[in-house]
Amino acid sequence: MSAQLGTRQKQYQQFLKGRQPARPVLKNSLRAFLAGGAICLLGQGIQELFVHYFHMSEKMAGNPTVAVLIMISAIFTGLGFYDMFSQWAGAGSAVPVTGFANAVTSAALEHKTEGYVVGIGSNMFKVAGPVIVFGVVAAFFVGLARYLILHL
Amino acid sequence: MPHPILFLTAFVVGGLICVIGQLLLDLTTLTPAHVMTILVVGGAVLDGLGWYDPLIKFAGAGATVPITSFGNALVHGAMAEAQQYGIIGLITGIFEVTSAGISAAIIFGFLTALFARARG
Repeated sequence: MSAQLGTRQKQYQQFLKGRQPARPVLKNSLRAFLAGGAICLLGQGIQELFVHYFHMSEKMAGNPTVAVLIMISAIFTGLGFYDMFSQWAGAGSAVPVTGFANAVTSAALEHKTEGYVVGIGSNMFKVAGPVIVFGVVAAFFVGLARYLILHL
Repeated sequence: MPHPILFLTAFVVGGLICVIGQLLLDLTTLTPAHVMTILVVGGAVLDGLGWYDPLIKFAGAGATVPITSFGNALVHGAMAEAQQYGIIGLITGIFEVTSAGISAAIIFGFLTALFARARG
């Protein structure tokens, strides 16, 4: 990234150094750990419910668990709770699948006033889109590599 | 694996994956979108190497809830269908397993946008 910057920008970056407050890396990491761990713990709890009450295998229960977490996240985003939680949790709220749902829902909410099709429809994946695009492209090439190794 | 231990490993492993994300955010100039993308691609590569399934076995939701599992699931769907139908299965199967996540995000995201209003 910094390779593309011009001399002026480089000077400015130098100027900024030492003037910006240091990021509290340890505190942020601890919060991310606790928040992210808690969401996964909740996920594990939901998964166990699917295993015990719907008689699914541990493996089968993974997908409905993700769907339930996404529903919870969408509702909490609508109520404004998820953004408050994100302020505290940082990556702990963004990395779990609930963060993906939050990105989709808040983009939809933000552009609601522009209309259902042009606003919600066009902007829903504005933030979450890169994850899908690069995930799919990477998965295609990883899958292709594995396929070729297995079959040639 | 007995389930009580799975709760503990889910918490720890899920938490650690989030710490990786946080460190990438704090110690580099990467944007959140870049970090999420790296984690998803990382999950896909780990599954390609055959390392993600053992992690799921060890940590349960600690491995399936973070976004890395999205990459893993994409590869899984593609590989499963490629086994059955040959190389075209890579294309037809890629969303096979991740349907739950993407469909749920679209449906609940849309419904929420209908009923709630933007804040802040």
